[in-house]
Amino acid sequence: MQHKLISSSSSRVLSAAELEEIDHELTLYPTKQSVGLEALKIVQRHQGWVSDESMHAIANYLELPLAELEGVATFFNLIYRRPVGKRVILFCDSVSCWIMGCEKNKARLAERLGIGYGETSADGEFTLIPVPCLGDCDKAPVMMVGDTMHRQVDPASIDALVEGPGNKAFTVDKVGGDE
Amino acid sequence: MAKITVDGLSYEVNPDNNLLQECLSQGLDLPYFCWHPCMGSVGACRQCAVKTYRDAEDKNGTLVMACMTPASDGAIVSIEDEQASAFRAGVIESLMTSHPHDCPVCEEGGECHLQDMTQMSGHNYRRYDKLKVTHRNQDLGPFLNHEMNRCITCYRCVRFYDDYAGGTDLAAQASHHHTYFGRFEDGTLESEFSGNLAEVCPTGVFTDKPFSEHYTRKWDLQVAPSVCTGCAVGCNTTPGERYGSLRRVVNRYNSEINGYFLCDRGRFGAHYVNTDNRLRSAKDAAGMTLSTEEAEEKLAAVCAQGAIGIGSPRASVEANFALRCLVGEDNYYSGESAQNHEALQWLLSCLEDEAFSCPTIKEMEGADAVLVLGEDVTNTAPRVALALRQSVRSEATRLAAKARIPSWQDAAVRELAQEAQSPLALFSTGATRLDDVASTTLNADPASLLAAAKAVDVRLAGGSPDYDALIPEASSGASKGETMQAVESVCAALIAAQEPLIVCGSHAGVELMRVAASIARTLSALKSAPCALALLPAEDNSVGHAMLVRPQNTLAAALTKLSDGAASAVIIIENDLTRRAPSAAVTAALQAAEQVVVVDHLNTATTRAATLALPSTSFNEYESSRVNYEGRAQLSFQVSQYPSGTKPVEHWLGVDGALHSASLIARCSAEAAGFASLPKILPDALTRVAGLKVPRQSHRYSGRTAMNANVAVNEGKQAVDENSVMAFSMEGALLQQDASVLASPWAPRWSSNQSITKFQAEVGGELKQEQKGVHLLTRSVQSAVVEPDSHVVSGATDPATKGELGVHFVQQIFGSDELSAHSPAIRERLCDAYVALSPPQAASLGATTGDRLVISGTTTELSLVVRTQTPDTVAMIYPGTSAAGESINALDLPHRITLTRAPDQEAGAASLGLAALIVGDAVFSHARAAEE
Amino acid sequence: MSAHAEQRPLTKNIDLKRGPLALKEYEAAGGYAGPRAIAAGLQPNEVLERIKESGLKGRGGAGFPTGLKWSFVPQGPDSEQQKYLVVNADEMEPGTFKDRLLMEGDPHLLIEGMIIAAYTIQASRAFIFLRGEYLLAEKRLAQAIAEARAAGHLGENVFGTGFAFDIVLHTSAGRYICGEETALLNALEGKRANPRAKPPFPQVSGLWGKPTIVNNVETLCNLPGIIANGVEWYQSLGSGGDFGTKLFGVSGRVKTPGCWELPFGVSIREVIEGYGGGMQEGYRLKAFLPGGGSTDFLTPDHLDTPLTYGAIGELGSRLATGTMILLDDQTCPVGMIGNLMKFFAHESCGFCTPCRDGLPWVDAIFRDLEEGKGAHKDIAILQDHVGYLGPGKTFCALAPGATAPLGSGLKLFADEFETHANSGCPYH
Ligand SMILES: Cc1cc2nc3c(=O)[nH]c(=O)nc-3n(C[C@H](O)[C@H](O)[C@H](O)COP(=O)(O)O)c2cc1C
Ligand code: SF4
Ligand code: FES
Repeated sequence: MQHKLISSSSSRVLSAAELEEIDHELTLYPTKQSVGLEALKIVQRHQGWVSDESMHAIANYLELPLAELEGVATFFNLIYRRPVGKRVILFCDSVSCWIMGCEKNKARLAERLGIGYGETSADGEFTLIPVPCLGDCDKAPVMMVGDTMHRQVDPASIDALVEGPGNKAFTVDKVGGDE
Repeated sequence: MAKITVDGLSYEVNPDNNLLQECLSQGLDLPYFCWHPCMGSVGACRQCAVKTYRDAEDKNGTLVMACMTPASDGAIVSIEDEQASAFRAGVIESLMTSHPHDCPVCEEGGECHLQDMTQMSGHNYRRYDKLKVTHRNQDLGPFLNHEMNRCITCYRCVRFYDDYAGGTDLAAQASHHHTYFGRFEDGTLESEFSGNLAEVCPTGVFTDKPFSEHYTRKWDLQVAPSVCTGCAVGCNTTPGERYGSLRRVVNRYNSEINGYFLCDRGRFGAHYVNTDNRLRSAKDAAGMTLSTEEAEEKLAAVCAQGAIGIGSPRASVEANFALRCLVGEDNYYSGESAQNHEALQWLLSCLEDEAFSCPTIKEMEGADAVLVLGEDVTNTAPRVALALRQSVRSEATRLAAKARIPSWQDAAVRELAQEAQSPLALFSTGATRLDDVASTTLNADPASLLAAAKAVDVRLAGGSPDYDALIPEASSGASKGETMQAVESVCAALIAAQEPLIVCGSHAGVELMRVAASIARTLSALKSAPCALALLPAEDNSVGHAMLVRPQNTLAAALTKLSDGAASAVIIIENDLTRRAPSAAVTAALQAAEQVVVVDHLNTATTRAATLALPSTSFNEYESSRVNYEGRAQLSFQVSQYPSGTKPVEHWLGVDGALHSASLIARCSAEAAGFASLPKILPDALTRVAGLKVPRQSHRYSGRTAMNANVAVNEGKQAVDENSVMAFSMEGALLQQDASVLASPWAPRWSSNQSITKFQAEVGGELKQEQKGVHLLTRSVQSAVVEPDSHVVSGATDPATKGELGVHFVQQIFGSDELSAHSPAIRERLCDAYVALSPPQAASLGATTGDRLVISGTTTELSLVVRTQTPDTVAMIYPGTSAAGESINALDLPHRITLTRAPDQEAGAASLGLAALIVGDAVFSHARAAEE
Repeated sequence: MSAHAEQRPLTKNIDLKRGPLALKEYEAAGGYAGPRAIAAGLQPNEVLERIKESGLKGRGGAGFPTGLKWSFVPQGPDSEQQKYLVVNADEMEPGTFKDRLLMEGDPHLLIEGMIIAAYTIQASRAFIFLRGEYLLAEKRLAQAIAEARAAGHLGENVFGTGFAFDIVLHTSAGRYICGEETALLNALEGKRANPRAKPPFPQVSGLWGKPTIVNNVETLCNLPGIIANGVEWYQSLGSGGDFGTKLFGVSGRVKTPGCWELPFGVSIREVIEGYGGGMQEGYRLKAFLPGGGSTDFLTPDHLDTPLTYGAIGELGSRLATGTMILLDDQTCPVGMIGNLMKFFAHESCGFCTPCRDGLPWVDAIFRDLEEGKGAHKDIAILQDHVGYLGPGKTFCALAPGATAPLGSGLKLFADEFETHANSGCPYH
């Protein structure tokens, strides 16, 4: 019953790589609806987040209702509908990490990066997002930064992360950062 | 039947239903939110908790959700159990934590299901003192307000809008206690059934926007049972009036027709009665206002001189009959277009033919294979579209029964069935808004569709093995192979079905209607049972009007009589002839006539041509009857008093008995063929308690002594209505549990529309003392069998001159109907008159969507819409209703046209644009089409 | 300690210092014996009988007998032929870290278990529903699946049996509710992960309406051992009515937190004090949740209880995932429960009322208590919610899970709640 106004204005063009991955998923699942969620993940992997333009593009490509796709995108914790920094800090603040003192780490992140939950550092490097238990409770407190697990984190390791190579805003010597 | 015990009393119940539904059917009060009789159970709200006990020994019991528990034989249930009550109180307390304290300013107040349930569950003190969740609201267009802070997350809106009505632009978003129901972004809700959200939502999230602009509490509305005038389905409605203006229309439950739902044309279209476009006083030829007495004198003079009459499908049975009495049957002419007149003759003969049955809307929902021929029901009889959408779920119900999943387990049934659907085949020129649930769609030029339909018939009849010869080699839509495949699958589906249904209508043309009937006849022979055949006329009283007119008394004949001078005066009732006949013929006739009397409630091109224009009442201002597509006559009561200066057509015409509708109905039944049973639509006044009348005002109607204080401080005498069993008063018989004259249901503890369950013999079933109208026509004859003439293929392959396109008219739900198009909210949904072309055709003109095209040889300009599913040889024209309320006279256009780009691409000042266009296929936007 | 303490059928191949065994190594270590036994003629119903006899219970939390669950899948020519196996690898229960170990440590074991399960229920396709954050597990599983496929262990003709079976690795976009098996199915279908009503159970109408079995990772990892070594062997592991081994874990202020494979019946004390090394210097054990965030608190008095479903159940708690979360004397119990409540409130799917609107209220009260803005009436409201959100009242088991630590905590730490209501949290 959709009114399919084919317009390119609010949509972006999915890249060949994105399309290839989405097409591959289409061979694995019997419905396009399933692939909708896969496509959100794929696009996010390529773009860092899922913009409105990407939402339109996915909905158009898979012929899924946009509102429904939005309902799915906004249901899940790990689909970002707003821009995020280069590296997302998935900060575990669930029970074991809390017992083991994650609050101190959170305070240190706030101090060093000036960000709380849902915020991105001024240099666009980090976005801080709380995440339910990361399943590494024996090494609590833990967090994931980008693709890397950081275990037994303490304020000192936060400092090391922030000052680590590749961080423009917080390295004193700005030479040698990534890109 | 099963026996269950509820709080110690035993009840006979239907074990196929759930406990909640059965408790409600028994008249018990059990709170609920997420369940709906049409949408089944999902168990989300947890409000309907009850205790069930294993056996008499079980003292503890188990808490269950009544809506998720079958009403199985021997069940021992307690609603009153302390734990169950406490849990229900907890649920309502939870639901209210973030609910605003805005009942006094909320449009739902006083008819709010949430208010009812809050009181019923005993929650009257708010312990919650933390922060509330708040939401941003969306602009959902001209029909509905959005106030998400009031949401209690029962999921009913999306279950209706998406699952039931097939909408796609409203969805649940976010989650946990931030769950949000809205669109992807602000914008008009696309479904043509969106207005039902105002009734489906148990609180004030979705409310009727035109109503809230001029808001009145439910209990302050003066109401009466009415019938929608939006199309030929005849949905039952309840218009509400206050201070002389129509405020809103809500659904009035009818177990066989609309059930719980209306379309948006019906709900929002009636507001035309309040507009400036009403004819409010009598006028003479010069447009000078006349007093009623002067007008009556002039009319009497015309009558004395002798006049012919032209009736109208949008005027009531009584009005048409009164005109016929006045001018005599010989001089009473059809007010229908030639095509519709012919179609109606055929339709009437089919309604009397015992080979067919005419399905109610409810029966359409139960069909297990449907073939729709040519008629775009979403735009011509929208409630039918909603019913056909349900019909495809017959297969799901069947699968669920096989898997022993109760049919009310809504989510489970959908999950099990996945894409499995009963067949729905759509043969239409362009895409329709039911395509998404169709198993077969065939888009081709009209002649090819006709050929394909004939092929279906021949194939079903087991005749001519080379039925494929019927199908033209070259059609501009589907290929021959595709057509053959469609024909095959339709035949297979219809043969396999238990309850097949054939749908066609007068917009599709009489030829296709004949083939539709022929197919139904073949099926009825195959199955030795009458086959359901729904032939849909165009307007609310098309059938009633046609029944009164002699077949040879066509409109063309009347116009000729006038222009020839064979008649010098004409009385036209509630009809704009420029919508019915070519402008030239209308103009010639009206100019030739010495006297043109037009009685109408609207200002139209025809009233402007009148020598005497008389203002009539609109549908809500007098009591009258109409005959729907089934031949079912229904009575619509007067809601408001006549606006000053106006009167019903039949009163103007002053025939004997007209002042009392019952006596006019009696006369009609005696004099007009086919109307013998008409008086049965009248409520039986004798059965009323002590002869009491039924109040139009609620027992809480307020301000009666003060409402006219700005005019006069004394309390005026209540208007007396001798004409009706209803009174303009709050006093009278209280129709508790009697639905014979039920406008607005209410029951103790149930102020919302959910109180309808108290009037139903069983939930979702018939009303107690339901007034269902009467079927006027009885089936006794076999109408002339029209053999599909199997070896001639008409039209399709006529070689068109290069660039010539066959004209095919399309309808839009908002705009094609004359009356509703004047309603302010509907007007915001109108779009320009357009011509839809296929992408290649558009490309050959070098034009894209939004460009202006001219029909060669005329001055008619149209906006171009490039639609993917348009056959290449067809121009699909929507004549439109312009911002000024006028449309292109479709009957002035030739059958074949050529188009060129308009020299001046600026759309007229009154342009509505195409933004409100809603179609079923893809539309190429400007940018995209330009690229290709 | 039981005689079979040295038997570690689930983790025998796992060595955290190196990567997982590659296919060849896994087979050299006796892997894929189960499918080979099938190839040698073991019929699906025979496997089903063995699993039933073994007494294997699901390790996802509920402890439902696996064989019994499988037996509900309609079989025979009239049944729906497309059936699915789904692996629940969502592991988001707070304090639970066992499936990660299995998938990162020995992915072929899971694949082998899946082949056995799929063959038994005749599912031609399986989905592993893997927690999205488990990137290493994803990588290792993907690699193992590719290896198995290349070797013909997956595909059109599994181990030459004529049985066709393949695996799709699905990574979740993150929601605790996806661990609930019917919500998981909705997530796999690309829908909002609200749970579904039961009945109908997934065994009858599950993924895309087809018969479906959902099993936990650890459950499936038990299968190869049972098929290879027999029911008797399996039953000789474990005691106290529960058979086989289980991954038990400890997190919190112990000296050596971790996760170990131990037979059922080992005492809590042995796990916490033996394997976990006892409490860190300066910390005393105050209470603990025996099986993850949705279980009732136990206290040091219960340390000598054997870890079996029955024994822990008798104490009014649940063995659930077997991963214990320890509360020490220097951590605020109210804060700990509040932390769990925040989690549950946030992870509520929003479908049913008590959970969606009840838990945020609970959460808000904890925040007020923490900040000294709470009142005594708040404690009564918390107590009300224990009953209100309990089993049978909500649509799924998420909210009842939350009431476990809440209800037991309110009882156990009544004084501390009082203190909080009077004057906020004394622990900072
Ligand atoms: C809220 C909730 C979360 C759950 N999370 C998980 C989970 O992460 N992993 C899991 O295996 N089972 C989880 N379960 C249990 C599953 O619903 C299901 O019982 C289990 O996967 C069945 O597998 P089993 O029979 O092998 O134990 C969860 C249940 C609930 C109610
Ligand atoms: S208990 Fe209700 S709201 Fe909570 S997760 Fe389950 S279904 Fe969703
Ligand atoms: S009506 Fe039963 S749970 Fe909502």
